[in-house]
Amino acid sequence: MASIEIKGISKQYAGRTILSDLSLELEDGECFTLLGPSGCGKTVLLRLIAGFEAPDSGRILIGGDVVADASSGQMQPPDKRSLGMVFQDYAVWPHMTVFDNVAYPLKLAGVGADELKNRTMRCIELVGLTNLDQRFPSQLSGGQQQRVALARALVSEPQMLLLDEPLNNLDANLREEMRFEIKALQQKTGVTILYVTHDQEIALGIADRIAVMDEHGTLRQIGTPEEVYEHPADDFVFRFLGIANFLPVRREANVLHIGNSSERWTGIQPDKNWNILTAGFRPSDVVLSREGEGLPGTIRRASFLGAQFDYLIEIAGTLIRAALPSHECVARNLLFSEGDSCRINLATVQWFEGQIVAADKV
Amino acid sequence: MTTKTQSRFGTPEVLFMLSVGVLIVVVAFPMLLIFFNAFWVDGHFNVTDVVRVLQRKETYQALLNSLILSGGVTVTGTIVGTLFAWLVTRTDLPFKKTMKLLFLVPFMLPAFIGALAWKMLLSPRAGYINRLFMDVLGFDSPIFDIYSYAGIILVETMYLFPFVFIQVSGALERMDPTLEESARISGADLFTITRKITIPLVLPSILSGALLIMLYSMAHFGTVAVLGVETGIYNIPVLIYEKIHQSAGSFDSIRTATVLATVLVITAALILWLQNRVLSKGKYQIIAGKSFRPTELKLRGLRIPMLILCIAYIALTIVLPTATIFLVGGLKTYGLPFDLENLTWANYNHILFEWDLTRDSIWNSITLGLASALITMFAGVIISYVIVKMKVRGKGILEFLGMLPFSVPGSVIALGVILAWSGKFGINLYNTVWIILVAYIARYMAFSLKANSAALEQVHDSLVEAARASGASMAQALRDVVVPLVRPGMVAAFFLIFLPALRELTVSVLLYGPTTRTIGVAIYTLNEDGETVYSAALAGIALIIIVLGEVLIKRLVTSKNGA
Repeated sequence: MASIEIKGISKQYAGRTILSDLSLELEDGECFTLLGPSGCGKTVLLRLIAGFEAPDSGRILIGGDVVADASSGQMQPPDKRSLGMVFQDYAVWPHMTVFDNVAYPLKLAGVGADELKNRTMRCIELVGLTNLDQRFPSQLSGGQQQRVALARALVSEPQMLLLDEPLNNLDANLREEMRFEIKALQQKTGVTILYVTHDQEIALGIADRIAVMDEHGTLRQIGTPEEVYEHPADDFVFRFLGIANFLPVRREANVLHIGNSSERWTGIQPDKNWNILTAGFRPSDVVLSREGEGLPGTIRRASFLGAQFDYLIEIAGTLIRAALPSHECVARNLLFSEGDSCRINLATVQWFEGQIVAADKV
Repeated sequence: MTTKTQSRFGTPEVLFMLSVGVLIVVVAFPMLLIFFNAFWVDGHFNVTDVVRVLQRKETYQALLNSLILSGGVTVTGTIVGTLFAWLVTRTDLPFKKTMKLLFLVPFMLPAFIGALAWKMLLSPRAGYINRLFMDVLGFDSPIFDIYSYAGIILVETMYLFPFVFIQVSGALERMDPTLEESARISGADLFTITRKITIPLVLPSILSGALLIMLYSMAHFGTVAVLGVETGIYNIPVLIYEKIHQSAGSFDSIRTATVLATVLVITAALILWLQNRVLSKGKYQIIAGKSFRPTELKLRGLRIPMLILCIAYIALTIVLPTATIFLVGGLKTYGLPFDLENLTWANYNHILFEWDLTRDSIWNSITLGLASALITMFAGVIISYVIVKMKVRGKGILEFLGMLPFSVPGSVIALGVILAWSGKFGINLYNTVWIILVAYIARYMAFSLKANSAALEQVHDSLVEAARASGASMAQALRDVVVPLVRPGMVAAFFLIFLPALRELTVSVLLYGPTTRTIGVAIYTLNEDGETVYSAALAGIALIIIVLGEVLIKRLVTSKNGA
């Protein structure tokens, strides 16, 4: 198993800068998720680590050994880097059976016939494909092919596992199941995993640490899933990790008002002294009541989604969303209909400087 | 730890340079020599001289004949092809599936062998059909003279109409029937629908097929050479042949040939450009990729007459000429009636086992076919790999060079090869089998590139990268992943080259030497020398080899697809 160190990496494609001066360290044996919107350069970073691309500047070290160094032109080819890699499109070889696909890395490593058979079968079993080992990929479902790819990446017990949106093409149930399996595998084998995705749910669920990358290839925040979710470094991170409500707030004579209105902010006070600021919160942070303390609001839309109610609420000209568990709504008489007025309290608030416009119109 | 230093000159660049080098030597250099010889006189660029050559009576006549013949073939071939395509896709004609397969048979028969058969049947004095009418039925004059423009056009039509047939039946099959149905619901009758909906939608396919017919007819040597020689009808490829062969390589005749070749190349380029435009315009979304079950027109009273027409056409264009070839090949002397006592196996025995000239020709064709198919297959897979998979600058040049011969007529390639490899540049391959090989490689490279790039495009980059990530070196990844996946494309390329090479005439007739006749050349020259019987017998053997080859491919390809 190995640590991965990325030091001051830059990469350009056809004159366009994808990554510039990026540094990142993965600890030995951790499951690290790189989270970012599509096209932000996270796959490029993965390919740089794998050795399919050479950096324009900077260095990459795996397990303390330099594998790519732009200044000396040193470049270790992918096959020498002890990788397991799962590609977005599976990349399972269509002309080989499941067994042959999985056994291929061992065959290249010159593993003896008996051991090769044992290890391959063990790996096929591990990903739950027992009895399918003589099938060809065309006879498997997408999820099964994905697992073949995973088994193939794991079989040689590589130092690191690079996963590029490996669960992208699976349906929701299978995605969840595979997410748990990957996590379990990692705990069992102790392999260092770099998992690249744009799906925040998978990222939060699987990672020991998360790095959030923006569309320009800049790392906005690195931390544990809890840190990143609870204490986002900025509004990009906050927005990227789930549905985000933004409420504009201004400070006048040291009193906080909402937006341009005269409505006073009554919730949690910011610890910063900014004059123009924005309160960020999740739909689940909203605590509703019919009367009493809190910001006054009007229900603009009420949707019943089974386990929860989804309300669109207007507060002093700004629309926000609130999600309440159905049972709570029933128990506390919070079944609002359109046009009802309500009071809003917020369990937690993230404060951001300046005015932030909510990107999506709810 | 193994490390590799990055250099500006890695494997991709080496492969790229190598590919470009091969294509320049084999394709670009001979072509350039043609233009150079045509336009460069006494060290000067000279266009007026080119015009003067074109104004000469024989060159002018060749151009005119090429226009008349290819124009005529295009019209008749398009009509015949469209009619049969419509019959087998859109009507309730009996035995449609069988008919569809039969209409493709002319594609595998060499046109010049057909021309030979028709000469035996319809030459004005000796043709069997004409004799039947004159001697037995008492006609004063032959009923049809095959040695005429009309005769040549008819024979070429028989072998070239499948170009239109394939394109149009494909388009008709893929056309969404709801388009016609909605017109029907709107109150249009079938005639109006055909006129307003169906024909406009398949028009691009018809035009593109028609242009292909024109392209091939322009470049076609065999039929005109066989049927036109008596009455002095010649087209551009025939005149090039005569210039090269009969004037012993004098400067003037070579120049005339290069000017003619230039005209051919320009015409061919123009035709292909037109075809591209037609096809890109015709890419309506409505012709979808999947197959629908189109509505069938009930032929009613015409059903049986149409079936008879189809059967008669197939009998006349396939069965009759083929039977004639085999029967004449068995005659003791040409001209005898087909009585059992006049027939013998001796001719076949003679050409197969006794006569060096014919035995050599079979051997030459098979070895040339094998060698050119193998070489182009491997070179093609490497060059397509560079074109499809590698990130090297300037690979557009490769694609252009490789596909160039696709639009260049065979006689032009042969002429270029003569100019390049007759000793002027240090290497003299003239009169050896190598010069034919070089020409075949240039001619068929485009076939191999097409088949191989199609196969390579299916091999996604990540499949190779997955192998690299599994610990495979580039060579191992190629061996274990790329080659097995591309193999079907390579096999296809092999046969796409081997079979046409086997029956090739246009190129080899310009390049053959005393011991390097190909089957095509042997059949042609035997016929020229009046050895009609042996010529027919050899043609019969060639037909058997070709048909066996085609059947073999079908078997291989279908078993591959079945797996």
